[in-house]
Amino acid sequence: MSVLELRGIMKAFGENVVLRGVDLAVDEHRVVALIGGSGSGKSTLLRCASLLETVDDGQVLLDGEDVTDPRVDADRVRRRMGVVFQAYNLFPHLSVLDNVTLAPTAVHGRPRAEAVEEARGLLGRIGLADKALEYPDRLSGGQQQRVAIVRALAVRPRVLLLDEVTSALDPELVGEVLALVREVAGQGMTIVMATHEMGFARQVADTVAFLDGGVLLESGPPGQVLGDPEHPRTRQFLARVIDAGRL
Amino acid sequence: MALASTLLFAVVAWFAVTNSPGWPRVQATFFSPSAALESLPDIARGLLVNLQVLVVGGLLVLVVGLGTAALRTLRGPAWAPLRILATVYVDLFRGMPLIIVLYLVGFGFPALGLQGVPTSPFVLGTAAIVLVYSAYVAEVFRAGIESVHPSQRAAARSLGLTHRQTMRIVVLPQALRTVTPALLNDFVALQKDVGLISVLGAVDAVRSAQIQVGQTFNFTPYVVAGLLFVLLAVPSARLADAVTARARRRQQSGSLL
Ligand SMILES: Nc1ncnc2c1ncn2[C@@H]1O[C@H](COP(=O)(O)OP(=O)(O)OP(=O)(O)O)[C@@H](O)[C@H]1O
Ligand SMILES: [Mg+2]
Repeated sequence: MSVLELRGIMKAFGENVVLRGVDLAVDEHRVVALIGGSGSGKSTLLRCASLLETVDDGQVLLDGEDVTDPRVDADRVRRRMGVVFQAYNLFPHLSVLDNVTLAPTAVHGRPRAEAVEEARGLLGRIGLADKALEYPDRLSGGQQQRVAIVRALAVRPRVLLLDEVTSALDPELVGEVLALVREVAGQGMTIVMATHEMGFARQVADTVAFLDGGVLLESGPPGQVLGDPEHPRTRQFLARVIDAGRL
Repeated sequence: MALASTLLFAVVAWFAVTNSPGWPRVQATFFSPSAALESLPDIARGLLVNLQVLVVGGLLVLVVGLGTAALRTLRGPAWAPLRILATVYVDLFRGMPLIIVLYLVGFGFPALGLQGVPTSPFVLGTAAIVLVYSAYVAEVFRAGIESVHPSQRAAARSLGLTHRQTMRIVVLPQALRTVTPALLNDFVALQKDVGLISVLGAVDAVRSAQIQVGQTFNFTPYVVAGLLFVLLAVPSARLADAVTARARRRQQSGSLL
């Protein structure tokens, strides 16, 4: 059984039909990289999957349970997923430590002392133990994104959804964030990540899925989709990405 | 330089006024030291009433304003009635002059003759002020809530926080920070508008002054009451300035904290 499964996801904003029936199954410990042009709907798909957006049609299944069923409490479902966005992830009025312990204590009801200890451990692992009491604006963009990833992991999610977590960063800060994602993937976390970093997708992902025209046009092992794509539109997209120097 | 030119201007203005032909009479009727001294105790006692309205009203305004703002930011069709109600309320009371609301509430409610409806001008005056100021403050709060980047809400919800928790823990603290200068300015305005409850007959600073003017035909008590209100407002005005300046500095340094 897949950890996360999307079935026929449809989503429109007014006249603008963004997703026209997306199917995707993500098995445990797998990493799926979602690629596609700007505006192709990668963020929308991740927002639908994390129930931040309601789908017009189709289902999201988490551990086999249809969580798009209106009888399901979406707040309870979101607790079991971790999401990291492009930017504005951390809460600027809370210390780094409070950012990380917020969900474990306020949502999962864990004792504060226990949550603090675990958060400090996680921050230590990313080399930011000494920043625990700082406010986010004292951290670099790369450090902020790494804290955001750690914050998402602190609730021990079943799946981690990453939406272009490096694209708002200065180039020299991209590496440290990708390294953390790689480490988290290596520890067996199930991940779906929208990314423009094709080289990274090739190294880390088990599956690369190309979103185009509202459907997943092509998906498979990175070597195949990125190296020898079947579909002409995938080839066009990759050619443009290569021109932009990102492969 | 700035100080010198200000002083020079003040001196010139002072001479112009004190050498005007009507000055001696104005001085006697508006700036009589003996009348001032005589009226001061009563007016000060009246000012305590204004202070009570200020404290009670101010707190109520915060609560009602915040509640109204929260209603106006609710999304989804299920909340439409409440949202519309809040919008109508804000439009109505932001547009209506405070003095008219005071008359309507202060004289209208008691006229209904209903059991349990308070008739004290203190209570009704406070209610009218709260009605009007809450509408203003609700808009201030709403602007603050909407100034918080939508990603902050998404980040909070994605962690599993409920709508309520998101508002309380993530959105409102950030919104409050942004709106504190505007709230303080509204507070300065409220400090003088509490003097309007005198039109309902509450014996506050303004009414006390009025009574004494009526007895002596000397207008000095009005000046005394006016100066007391100014004294009351100056600290909050300076505080508002300081907080605004600090907020601007923060914004310029590009940091949110
Ligand atoms: N909340 C919204 N309201 C209206 N339209 C939206 C909304 N969110 C996204 N869209 C539209 O949906 C389409 C897909 O947007 P989306 O952000 O999902 O693309 P993306 O693949 O993530 O692009 P990028 O690579 O630039 O991040 C766009 O046309 C966008 O304008
Ligand atoms: Mg996007």
